[in-house]
Amino acid sequence: MSTLRTEEMTLNMGPQHPSTHGVLRFVIRADGEVMREAVPDVGYLHRSIEKIAEKVGYHGFMPYTDRVDYVCAMFTNQGWGMASERLGGIEVPRRGEYCRVIAAEFNRLASHLLSVGTMAMDIGAMTPFTHALREREMINDLIEELCGARLTFNYMRIGGVAWDLPPGWREKALAYLDHFNPILEEYNALISYNKIYVERLVNVGVITPDEAINYNLVGPNLRACGIKWDIRKDIPYSVYPDFEFDVPVGKGQWGTLGDSMDRYIVRVREMAESSKILRQALHQLPAGPVLAKVARNFKPPRGECQIRVESARGDMGWYVVSDGTGYPWRVHVRTGSFAAMGLTQKLSRGLMIADLVTLIASLDVIAPEIDR
Amino acid sequence: MQTLIQNLIASGTFGRNPPYGLVAAIVEFVLGAVVFLGVALPFAGIVTWLERRVWARIQSRVGPNRVGPQGFLQWLADGIKGICKEDLIPAEADAPLFKLAPYLVMLAFILPWSVMPFSSSLILADLNVGILFFTAVTALTVVGVLMAGWSSNDKWSLIGGIRSAAQIVSYEIPAGLSIFPVVLMTGTLSMQGIIRAQGWSPQHWFLFANPFTFVAANILFISALAEGNRTPFDLPEAESELVAGFATEYSGMRYTFFFMAEWGNLFLVGALIVTLFLGGWRFPHMSNSPVVMNILELITFNVKVLAVVFLSMWIRGTLPRVRIDQLMTLCWKYFVPISFADMIGTAVWVAIWPDGNAFMGYLMFAAGVVIIAMFIRRVVFYARRSKMELYFHPTI
Repeated sequence: MSTLRTEEMTLNMGPQHPSTHGVLRFVIRADGEVMREAVPDVGYLHRSIEKIAEKVGYHGFMPYTDRVDYVCAMFTNQGWGMASERLGGIEVPRRGEYCRVIAAEFNRLASHLLSVGTMAMDIGAMTPFTHALREREMINDLIEELCGARLTFNYMRIGGVAWDLPPGWREKALAYLDHFNPILEEYNALISYNKIYVERLVNVGVITPDEAINYNLVGPNLRACGIKWDIRKDIPYSVYPDFEFDVPVGKGQWGTLGDSMDRYIVRVREMAESSKILRQALHQLPAGPVLAKVARNFKPPRGECQIRVESARGDMGWYVVSDGTGYPWRVHVRTGSFAAMGLTQKLSRGLMIADLVTLIASLDVIAPEIDR
Repeated sequence: MQTLIQNLIASGTFGRNPPYGLVAAIVEFVLGAVVFLGVALPFAGIVTWLERRVWARIQSRVGPNRVGPQGFLQWLADGIKGICKEDLIPAEADAPLFKLAPYLVMLAFILPWSVMPFSSSLILADLNVGILFFTAVTALTVVGVLMAGWSSNDKWSLIGGIRSAAQIVSYEIPAGLSIFPVVLMTGTLSMQGIIRAQGWSPQHWFLFANPFTFVAANILFISALAEGNRTPFDLPEAESELVAGFATEYSGMRYTFFFMAEWGNLFLVGALIVTLFLGGWRFPHMSNSPVVMNILELITFNVKVLAVVFLSMWIRGTLPRVRIDQLMTLCWKYFVPISFADMIGTAVWVAIWPDGNAFMGYLMFAAGVVIIAMFIRRVVFYARRSKMELYFHPTI
């Protein structure tokens, strides 16, 4: 009997596919259920945001930064604000910094909730997704009250934030945090320690610490590999040195260090840490103005700066070059999802098709952040 | 059936001296159509509505509540929508097979209704190989699904079809083996015979007859979930991986057929479990009127089946999906050996206590009550604990 002739199958996953978060595309070479390789094809959501910055000026670019990463737009706001302030030598009022941190940490909660929720949905459990989104909606309600928008916030300004906290908002936020911590426990009881769920995640897409550093992974993905690197702690910015919080790292409790389960659980633990920061920030909130005086035709002196912000998807770098005019000469954004996408091709070898979905979800890539 | 046909011939409804075969065929077709269209399809439809409402409640959503009271008629609206939509056949698809596939799946869903024991007399055909017929025709699904996956000429459909075939064929084995303990104990394959061998009270159900049947019931339930492509085994149509699996290219009525069959299968799974292990329609004798008794039995049967259906909806709302290799591991490394051991164990048990062991029945029943009580206690604990927070609106 002659051996059966088999062929590789080329599968096209995306750009319209229910599990690719946004418009991603993978070209998969598969042998049955096992993938030989999945080649990511990025660029479907490229909108020249960096180029737009050169045309709309410093103040005008703020709403565009929301679109760099619409799931956690507060951080992109903050990154752009900090870069402009560094160039122009502007001091943000202390209350303004607190408002920024509060908004950003709430946004981190929302982003991580979406991430862990969609991850559970990609594994096939539908209920955690709606529960996570329900919590996210409440955060969105809070943020809506703060700045009037639920997704693309445009809350921050160069020199501070646009509006102070509305009256009574602080109490609502604290009440929400009291509600959130038990919900996190309930979420863990519902899905995080579910046997099937853990089995699906452990030993899938293992990233070694060396690989993570070589591929420039950042944020929760990096910390899941056991490397304690958080910009908020290691290169402190804003008012983060005021707060006590831990940086959760992956420990490989269930399987290998740096597998999908580690990345998942690091996000869940970061939510608890974020709520800790939020409590402290809301309690320590100083009085004073929230917005520094900045000229309408803001013209920073000639120079360049590099700003690093710890966004929900990790170290977000803003490189801005000013030529002394009202328009930046060059803006570059460095995002975590792009680096993570670079690693998928290597990680996908030998995985199953179902595991690719797990892998993408665990890396928490957001399509606009890859392409900008 | 025969008396009915002879009465019809005698009454002259079909003219003078009609051929017996023709009348029988007409009557059987009409009755069959009435039963299938009037019973099977509404059941499938109602189960879709129930599932969506239950699932929505689990997910803290509302679910369909616009069409009819509590959205009860949603399934009708969806069915009509399915009929009205364009029946699209991809240009590259293998058209005859593509068109045929949904009918095969539908056939596999409709045929088991002919041996469905609703009550002591409400059964279309009490075949002496009823349970075998039931499992045999439900396995027809795999042909339709594979056909759909192959003929769609779509790689995602193909993977879905192949997954489904592998899954259904594998899980047929533990499911079939789990039926044998009951057959060994009753010595009959007839659905009614199996139900009559059980009593109306729980300690006389086969679920609690001995430890082996208890394990067999659980394996059968899980295997039936896998055969019906239900969570946690919904790999063939895993929407986050395979778009919609074998049904990706289907639209309109054909798509509706697939999903009607899927939800109808839920009812079939429940009926199988209830018949084999949960005492079927058995109800204490309360009236001498056969009509009253039949109605009571019908209600008993349906309540039991819906309880099992509800359980599988709950499971769907709770669990994530397993991976294909884990699915196969579970089947071949655990379920098949366990169900073999189960069968041998039951044989030994029957050899030792041919009439069953009443003490064991009570003991198992007590253990079952304890397990259920603990489960309910835990559910109540979580429900109470989360209730206050679930209805918390910080901004309202």
